[in-house]
Amino acid sequence: MSRLNVNPTRMELKKLKARLQTAVRGHKLLKDKSDEMIRRFSLLIKENKRLRDSVEDELSQVLKQFSVARSVTPAYVAETAFSMPSVSVELLCGTQSIMGVEVPKVDLSAKRISDGLPYAYSEITGEADYSVARAAELLPKMVELAQTEKAVRLLAAEIERNKRRVNALEYVMIPQLEETIKYIKDKLDENERAAIVRLMKVK
Amino acid sequence: MAVKGKTAFVGDGESILVFRAAGADAFPAEDESSAKEILRKIAKEYQVIFLTEELALSLGSFLKRFDEQPYPVVLAVPSKNGSTGFGEQALKSAMERALGVDILFNN
Repeated sequence: MSRLNVNPTRMELKKLKARLQTAVRGHKLLKDKSDEMIRRFSLLIKENKRLRDSVEDELSQVLKQFSVARSVTPAYVAETAFSMPSVSVELLCGTQSIMGVEVPKVDLSAKRISDGLPYAYSEITGEADYSVARAAELLPKMVELAQTEKAVRLLAAEIERNKRRVNALEYVMIPQLEETIKYIKDKLDENERAAIVRLMKVK
Repeated sequence: MAVKGKTAFVGDGESILVFRAAGADAFPAEDESSAKEILRKIAKEYQVIFLTEELALSLGSFLKRFDEQPYPVVLAVPSKNGSTGFGEQALKSAMERALGVDILFNN
Protein backbone atom coordinates (compact mmCIF):
# COMPACT_ATOMS: atom_id res chain seq x y z
CA MET A 1 0.00 0.00 0.00
CA SER A 2 1.31 3.38 -0.92
CA ARG A 3 1.70 6.05 1.67
CA LEU A 4 0.93 9.69 1.17
CA ASN A 5 3.68 12.04 0.13
CA VAL A 6 4.00 14.26 3.21
CA ASN A 7 6.76 15.61 5.39
CA PRO A 8 7.29 13.60 8.59
CA THR A 9 6.50 16.38 11.05
CA ARG A 10 4.35 16.59 14.12
CA MET A 11 2.03 19.00 12.33
CA GLU A 12 1.34 16.54 9.56
CA LEU A 13 0.89 13.75 12.08
CA LYS A 14 -1.77 15.70 13.87
CA LYS A 15 -3.56 16.57 10.65
CA LEU A 16 -3.48 12.99 9.43
CA LYS A 17 -4.80 11.65 12.70
CA ALA A 18 -7.77 13.98 12.43
CA ARG A 19 -8.34 12.90 8.85
CA LEU A 20 -8.19 9.25 9.82
CA GLN A 21 -10.76 9.79 12.51
CA THR A 22 -13.11 11.47 10.07
CA ALA A 23 -12.58 8.72 7.52
CA VAL A 24 -13.33 5.97 10.01
CA ARG A 25 -16.42 7.74 11.20
CA GLY A 26 -17.59 8.40 7.64
CA HIS A 27 -17.01 4.80 6.76
CA LYS A 28 -19.12 3.59 9.62
CA LEU A 29 -21.93 5.99 8.76
CA LEU A 30 -21.91 5.06 5.11
CA LYS A 31 -21.90 1.40 5.94
CA ASP A 32 -24.94 1.85 8.18
CA LYS A 33 -26.63 3.80 5.42
CA SER A 34 -25.89 1.05 2.97
CA ASP A 35 -27.36 -1.58 5.30
CA GLU A 36 -30.54 0.35 5.78
CA MET A 37 -30.86 1.09 2.06
CA ILE A 38 -30.51 -2.57 1.26
CA ARG A 39 -33.19 -3.43 3.79
CA ARG A 40 -35.57 -0.89 2.27
CA PHE A 41 -34.64 -2.04 -1.19
CA SER A 42 -35.49 -5.66 -0.50
CA LEU A 43 -38.88 -4.66 0.87
CA LEU A 44 -39.50 -2.44 -2.11
CA ILE A 45 -38.49 -5.00 -4.65
CA LYS A 46 -40.78 -7.62 -3.18
CA GLU A 47 -43.64 -5.16 -3.33
CA ASN A 48 -42.67 -4.34 -6.88
CA LYS A 49 -42.71 -7.98 -7.92
CA ARG A 50 -46.11 -8.55 -6.39
CA LEU A 51 -47.55 -5.49 -8.12
CA ARG A 52 -46.00 -6.28 -11.44
CA ASP A 53 -47.29 -9.81 -11.46
CA SER A 54 -50.82 -8.70 -10.74
CA VAL A 55 -50.72 -5.78 -13.17
CA GLU A 56 -49.30 -7.89 -15.99
CA ASP A 57 -51.89 -10.53 -15.39
CA GLU A 58 -54.83 -8.16 -15.37
CA LEU A 59 -53.53 -6.05 -18.20
CA SER A 60 -53.19 -8.96 -20.55
CA GLN A 61 -56.74 -10.00 -19.70
CA VAL A 62 -58.05 -6.51 -20.36
CA LEU A 63 -56.21 -6.24 -23.63
CA LYS A 64 -57.42 -9.61 -24.79
CA GLN A 65 -60.98 -8.71 -23.96
CA PHE A 66 -60.59 -5.41 -25.70
CA SER A 67 -59.16 -6.88 -28.85
CA VAL A 68 -62.10 -9.27 -29.05
CA ALA A 69 -64.42 -6.29 -28.73
CA ARG A 70 -62.51 -4.41 -31.34
CA SER A 71 -62.46 -7.19 -33.81
CA VAL A 72 -66.23 -7.12 -34.13
CA THR A 73 -66.31 -3.37 -34.66
CA PRO A 74 -65.20 -1.57 -37.81
CA ALA A 75 -61.88 0.15 -37.26
CA TYR A 76 -63.03 3.70 -37.89
CA VAL A 77 -65.98 3.32 -35.53
CA ALA A 78 -63.75 2.04 -32.78
CA GLU A 79 -61.20 4.74 -33.42
CA THR A 80 -63.68 7.54 -32.89
CA ALA A 81 -65.65 5.84 -30.15
CA PHE A 82 -62.72 5.27 -27.87
CA SER A 83 -61.10 8.60 -28.47
CA MET A 84 -63.55 10.43 -26.25
CA PRO A 85 -62.79 9.53 -22.66
CA SER A 86 -65.50 9.70 -20.03
CA VAL A 87 -63.02 10.13 -17.25
CA SER A 88 -60.08 12.40 -17.07
CA VAL A 89 -57.14 11.14 -15.14
CA GLU A 90 -55.10 13.57 -13.19
CA LEU A 91 -51.89 12.94 -11.35
CA LEU A 92 -50.46 14.72 -8.40
CA CYS A 93 -46.75 14.32 -8.69
CA GLY A 94 -44.53 14.94 -5.74
CA THR A 95 -41.38 13.40 -4.45
CA GLN A 96 -40.54 11.63 -1.26
CA SER A 97 -37.20 10.76 0.12
CA ILE A 98 -36.07 7.24 0.88
CA MET A 99 -32.73 7.44 2.67
CA GLY A 100 -31.92 10.68 0.91
CA VAL A 101 -32.89 9.39 -2.50
CA GLU A 102 -35.61 11.40 -4.16
CA VAL A 103 -38.24 9.06 -5.50
CA PRO A 104 -41.48 9.96 -7.21
CA LYS A 105 -44.71 9.88 -5.29
CA VAL A 106 -47.76 9.95 -7.46
CA ASP A 107 -51.36 10.30 -6.41
CA LEU A 108 -53.96 9.60 -8.97
CA SER A 109 -57.36 11.15 -9.12
CA ALA A 110 -59.88 10.31 -11.78
CA LYS A 111 -62.60 12.76 -12.55
CA ARG A 112 -65.72 11.60 -14.25
CA ILE A 113 -66.72 13.90 -17.03
CA SER A 114 -69.90 12.13 -17.90
CA ASP A 115 -71.71 9.12 -16.52
CA GLY A 116 -71.50 5.83 -18.27
CA LEU A 117 -69.34 5.04 -21.19
CA PRO A 118 -68.15 7.51 -23.76
CA TYR A 119 -69.78 5.95 -26.78
CA ALA A 120 -73.11 4.87 -28.12
CA TYR A 121 -74.02 1.38 -27.04
CA SER A 122 -75.38 0.64 -30.47
CA GLU A 123 -71.99 0.95 -32.04
CA ILE A 124 -69.84 -1.06 -29.70
CA THR A 125 -70.31 -4.49 -28.21
CA GLY A 126 -70.71 -5.10 -24.51
CA GLU A 127 -67.29 -6.69 -24.29
CA ALA A 128 -65.73 -3.31 -24.76
CA ASP A 129 -67.66 -1.83 -21.84
CA TYR A 130 -66.10 -4.29 -19.46
CA SER A 131 -62.63 -3.83 -20.77
CA VAL A 132 -62.80 -0.05 -20.65
CA ALA A 133 -64.14 -0.14 -17.12
CA ARG A 134 -61.47 -2.57 -16.05
CA ALA A 135 -58.78 -0.54 -17.71
CA ALA A 136 -59.92 2.47 -15.74
CA GLU A 137 -59.76 0.42 -12.57
CA LEU A 138 -56.37 -0.89 -13.44
CA LEU A 139 -54.87 2.51 -14.06
CA PRO A 140 -54.25 3.48 -10.41
CA LYS A 141 -52.49 0.20 -9.87
CA MET A 142 -50.32 0.73 -12.90
CA VAL A 143 -49.36 4.17 -11.72
CA GLU A 144 -48.44 2.69 -8.36
CA LEU A 145 -46.33 0.09 -10.08
CA ALA A 146 -44.61 2.76 -12.13
CA GLN A 147 -43.81 4.67 -8.98
CA THR A 148 -42.45 1.63 -7.15
CA GLU A 149 -40.39 0.49 -10.06
CA LYS A 150 -38.82 3.88 -10.47
CA ALA A 151 -38.02 3.94 -6.77
CA VAL A 152 -36.38 0.54 -7.08
CA ARG A 153 -34.21 1.74 -9.92
CA LEU A 154 -33.19 4.95 -8.24
CA LEU A 155 -32.43 3.13 -5.02
CA ALA A 156 -30.41 0.48 -6.83
CA ALA A 157 -28.27 3.15 -8.44
CA GLU A 158 -27.78 4.89 -5.10
CA ILE A 159 -26.84 1.66 -3.34
CA GLU A 160 -24.25 1.00 -5.99
CA ARG A 161 -22.78 4.46 -5.62
CA ASN A 162 -22.76 4.17 -1.87
CA LYS A 163 -21.02 0.81 -2.03
CA ARG A 164 -18.25 2.37 -4.07
CA ARG A 165 -17.77 5.09 -1.50
CA VAL A 166 -17.64 2.57 1.33
CA ASN A 167 -15.09 0.47 -0.52
CA ALA A 168 -12.97 3.46 -1.42
CA LEU A 169 -12.82 4.46 2.22
CA GLU A 170 -12.28 0.96 3.54
CA TYR A 171 -9.68 -0.29 1.10
CA VAL A 172 -7.90 2.84 -0.08
CA MET A 173 -8.22 5.85 2.10
CA ILE A 174 -8.09 4.32 5.59
CA PRO A 175 -5.12 1.98 4.94
CA GLN A 176 -3.27 4.82 3.26
CA LEU A 177 -3.76 7.12 6.21
CA GLU A 178 -2.81 4.43 8.70
CA GLU A 179 0.34 3.65 6.84
CA THR A 180 1.35 7.27 6.57
CA ILE A 181 0.74 7.83 10.28
CA LYS A 182 2.88 4.84 11.12
CA TYR A 183 5.63 6.13 8.82
CA ILE A 184 5.65 9.56 10.43
CA LYS A 185 5.70 8.07 13.92
CA ASP A 186 8.62 5.85 13.02
CA LYS A 187 10.48 8.74 11.51
CA LEU A 188 9.90 10.97 14.52
CA ASP A 189 10.99 8.23 16.93
CA GLU A 190 14.06 7.66 14.86
CA ASN A 191 14.93 11.37 14.98
CA GLU A 192 14.51 11.36 18.73
CA ARG A 193 16.78 8.37 19.17
CA ALA A 194 19.37 9.99 16.92
CA ALA A 195 19.26 13.15 19.04
CA ILE A 196 19.79 11.14 22.27
CA VAL A 197 22.67 9.21 20.84
CA ARG A 198 24.26 12.39 19.63
CA LEU A 199 23.95 13.96 23.06
CA MET A 200 25.47 10.89 24.75
CA LYS A 201 28.40 11.00 22.34
CA VAL A 202 29.01 14.67 23.02
CA LYS A 203 29.21 13.98 26.76
CA MET B 1 -44.88 20.67 -3.67
CA ALA B 2 -46.94 18.25 -5.62
CA VAL B 3 -47.51 19.31 -9.18
CA LYS B 4 -50.18 18.19 -11.54
CA GLY B 5 -49.10 15.63 -14.05
CA LYS B 6 -50.42 13.59 -16.90
CA THR B 7 -50.29 9.99 -17.98
CA ALA B 8 -49.38 8.87 -21.46
CA PHE B 9 -49.37 5.54 -23.23
CA VAL B 10 -47.02 4.81 -26.07
CA GLY B 11 -47.49 1.61 -28.00
CA ASP B 12 -49.06 -0.08 -30.95
CA GLY B 13 -52.54 1.13 -31.82
CA GLU B 14 -54.58 -1.68 -30.45
CA SER B 15 -52.94 -1.99 -27.07
CA ILE B 16 -53.31 1.63 -26.15
CA LEU B 17 -56.74 2.50 -27.44
CA VAL B 18 -58.46 1.05 -24.39
CA PHE B 19 -56.51 3.39 -22.14
CA ARG B 20 -57.46 6.34 -24.21
CA ALA B 21 -61.04 5.49 -23.37
CA ALA B 22 -60.06 5.18 -19.73
CA GLY B 23 -58.79 8.74 -19.60
CA ALA B 24 -55.08 8.61 -20.34
CA ASP B 25 -53.49 10.13 -23.41
CA ALA B 26 -52.33 7.62 -25.94
CA PHE B 27 -49.72 7.99 -28.64
CA PRO B 28 -49.56 5.30 -31.26
CA ALA B 29 -46.04 4.31 -32.24
CA GLU B 30 -45.40 1.38 -34.48
CA ASP B 31 -41.64 1.17 -34.50
CA GLU B 32 -38.51 2.14 -32.68
CA SER B 33 -37.80 5.45 -34.37
CA SER B 34 -41.30 6.84 -34.09
CA ALA B 35 -41.45 5.80 -30.44
CA LYS B 36 -38.18 7.60 -29.81
CA GLU B 37 -39.53 10.68 -31.50
CA ILE B 38 -42.70 10.63 -29.41
CA LEU B 39 -40.86 9.98 -26.16
CA ARG B 40 -38.57 12.90 -26.79
CA LYS B 41 -41.53 15.14 -27.33
CA ILE B 42 -43.61 14.04 -24.39
CA ALA B 43 -40.93 13.39 -21.77
CA LYS B 44 -41.18 16.92 -20.41
CA GLU B 45 -44.92 17.18 -20.53
CA TYR B 46 -45.97 13.86 -19.08
CA GLN B 47 -44.89 12.57 -15.72
CA VAL B 48 -45.92 8.95 -16.04
CA ILE B 49 -45.38 7.25 -19.37
CA PHE B 50 -46.33 3.67 -20.09
CA LEU B 51 -44.55 1.95 -22.90
CA THR B 52 -45.29 -1.44 -24.39
CA GLU B 53 -42.62 -4.03 -23.75
CA GLU B 54 -41.87 -4.59 -27.43
CA LEU B 55 -40.89 -0.95 -27.80
CA ALA B 56 -39.08 -0.83 -24.49
CA LEU B 57 -37.02 -3.79 -25.55
CA SER B 58 -35.71 -2.08 -28.66
CA LEU B 59 -35.27 1.27 -26.93
CA GLY B 60 -33.18 -0.15 -24.08
CA SER B 61 -30.32 2.32 -24.06
CA PHE B 62 -32.51 5.28 -24.91
CA LEU B 63 -34.60 4.67 -21.79
CA LYS B 64 -31.56 4.74 -19.53
CA ARG B 65 -31.57 8.51 -19.61
CA PHE B 66 -34.80 8.54 -17.64
CA ASP B 67 -33.25 6.46 -14.88
CA GLU B 68 -31.48 9.23 -13.05
CA GLN B 69 -34.26 11.62 -12.09
CA PRO B 70 -37.55 10.95 -10.31
CA TYR B 71 -39.57 12.18 -13.29
CA PRO B 72 -40.67 11.20 -15.86
CA VAL B 73 -41.47 7.69 -14.80
CA VAL B 74 -41.27 5.34 -17.75
CA LEU B 75 -42.76 1.92 -17.23
CA ALA B 76 -42.77 -1.01 -19.59
CA VAL B 77 -46.04 -2.89 -19.67
CA PRO B 78 -47.06 -5.93 -21.68
CA SER B 79 -48.91 -5.27 -24.92
CA LYS B 80 -51.76 -7.27 -26.33
CA ASN B 81 -49.34 -10.05 -27.25
CA GLY B 82 -48.75 -10.83 -23.60
CA SER B 83 -45.75 -10.46 -21.35
CA THR B 84 -42.29 -10.91 -22.78
CA GLY B 85 -40.60 -11.07 -19.41
CA PHE B 86 -38.96 -7.72 -20.00
CA GLY B 87 -40.26 -6.28 -16.76
CA GLU B 88 -38.96 -9.19 -14.77
CA GLN B 89 -35.61 -8.86 -16.46
CA ALA B 90 -35.41 -5.20 -15.54
CA LEU B 91 -36.23 -5.97 -11.91
CA LYS B 92 -33.61 -8.64 -11.86
CA SER B 93 -30.90 -6.40 -13.20
CA ALA B 94 -31.73 -3.67 -10.69
CA MET B 95 -31.56 -6.23 -7.93
CA GLU B 96 -28.26 -7.62 -9.07
CA ARG B 97 -26.86 -4.14 -9.33
CA ALA B 98 -27.82 -3.30 -5.79
CA LEU B 99 -27.48 -6.52 -3.88
CA GLY B 100 -25.31 -8.70 -6.04
CA VAL B 101 -27.67 -11.62 -5.57
CA ASP B 102 -31.08 -12.64 -6.74
CA ILE B 103 -33.49 -12.78 -3.83
CA LEU B 104 -36.75 -13.11 -5.72
CA PHE B 105 -36.58 -15.45 -8.63
CA ASN B 106 -34.00 -17.92 -7.38
CA ASN B 107 -32.73 -19.15 -10.68
